[in-house]
Amino acid sequence: MDTAPLPPAPKLMLAGVEKTLGGRKVLRGVDLDVAHGRSLVVIGGSGVGKSVTLKCALGLMTPDAGQVLIDGQDVTHLKGGERQRLAAKFGMLFQGGALFDSLPIWENVAFRLIYSQKVPRKEAKARAIETMRKVRLAPEFAERFPIELSGGMQKRASLARAIIARPEILFFDEPTTGLDPITADAINDLIVEMVRDLGSAAISITHDMASARKIADEIAMIYEGRIVWRGPAASIDQSGDARVDQFIHGRAEGPIQAVV
Amino acid sequence: MNPFLSIGRTTLGMLRETGAVSAFAARAALACFQRPWYAGQVGRQFMRLGYFSLPVVGLTAVFIGAALALNIYVGGARFNAESFVPNIVVLGITRELGPVLAGLMLAGRVSAGIAAEIGTMRVTEQIDALSTLSTDPYRFLIAPRVTAATLSLPILVLAADIIGVMGGYLVGISSLGFNGAIYIRNTLDFLKIDDVALSMTKAAMFGFIIAVMGAYHGFRSKGGALGVGRAATDAVVSATVLILAANYIITSFWAT
Repeated sequence: MDTAPLPPAPKLMLAGVEKTLGGRKVLRGVDLDVAHGRSLVVIGGSGVGKSVTLKCALGLMTPDAGQVLIDGQDVTHLKGGERQRLAAKFGMLFQGGALFDSLPIWENVAFRLIYSQKVPRKEAKARAIETMRKVRLAPEFAERFPIELSGGMQKRASLARAIIARPEILFFDEPTTGLDPITADAINDLIVEMVRDLGSAAISITHDMASARKIADEIAMIYEGRIVWRGPAASIDQSGDARVDQFIHGRAEGPIQAVV
Repeated sequence: MNPFLSIGRTTLGMLRETGAVSAFAARAALACFQRPWYAGQVGRQFMRLGYFSLPVVGLTAVFIGAALALNIYVGGARFNAESFVPNIVVLGITRELGPVLAGLMLAGRVSAGIAAEIGTMRVTEQIDALSTLSTDPYRFLIAPRVTAATLSLPILVLAADIIGVMGGYLVGISSLGFNGAIYIRNTLDFLKIDDVALSMTKAAMFGFIIAVMGAYHGFRSKGGALGVGRAATDAVVSATVLILAANYIITSFWAT
């Protein structure tokens, strides 16, 4: 009798997710999954459905068809309080940081603690400053407002906000966009470090191949609303898929037509 | 183009928009009564929407009160009714001009501000960020603004009513030859609690309209700076029209 243990259920799974926006079918059946402690990076050009995939996974958009499962539970149509409780498992780094302009950095970082978990402000501030240190953001910036920080610092603050409550699933939306190569590499290092420390599942979307190679255990490529290739990050150069080859080498000629 | 098609499309669009605004207003009103309440946010909005609007509302009221007294004096002189200036000023300011002008001034100042702020939060993904941080944007962003505007506008209008009457008083005693004590006694004798109640009712409704229209257009804005600008404009226009329509409806219900 075969007694081999079953593989653990994926932490996050998207099954046949479809989404139409403004009359255009953006997602045509996306299948993705990521296990606990693993980092999956979804690559793809502009307008192929990367952000919509992430928004469907986060519950910011409801798929027209297909399912989103967390720990094997269908969460596709959760609303209200149930959705808010589920969001406690998530940490999200937005492309532009999405820090709240009207709040100082420490309160941005501690937002979930103060407003959702009702942690006393003094304790929340101490934890925010401790988390800022983890992402190499000096405590002297705690009282500053987002507008007073550089793009790289805002990304660090946003990363601190994403990880402060030790989420089970981390989402990264174009984490290095708009940053110089050195700052981008520093953010990549931080992401790798934080994902390893927290042991969370991580799903990132990017078109920055240097970032993808650094932070991914596995890479999946999305094209025309579907996942067209998936494999270990180390094997992407031997994918055998012309579309993947064209994308990772940044060539205008190939099966993918550049949109100009 | 087929004219019936065009009329039908416009009608459907208007019905869709009316439904969307109504659903948003109902959800915003409900959010004001649902826990958790963000008292700090409500207090901050009270200061921003209410307290800091006092100068503009006060200045508007004093000039309108003064001009109203002059006009009533000139008009009244045509049939020897100049002595009715205090009575008509207090009636006009309290029942109509105080709430309507304060509402219109705040439709410009507050509604546009709310639309621009929430619209910017929408296009920079700050509202999505709120959702991922287990916080309902309706309760955290919209309910405090709606609560603050609905409760602070009656206070502002009460101040506007008093300041407007004082504007008429100043013109009355300085230019029109009224005795100060008699002017005030005529004003107080003529004013009824019902007039003040109408003024406060209108103010609360206008405050609700101003906050909801600002939030609605900001919440739905898209397309960067252009979208945020359009949201602010739409908020002011729709709040202004709705205030004037609501003013007529409340007045007609009150009169019958």
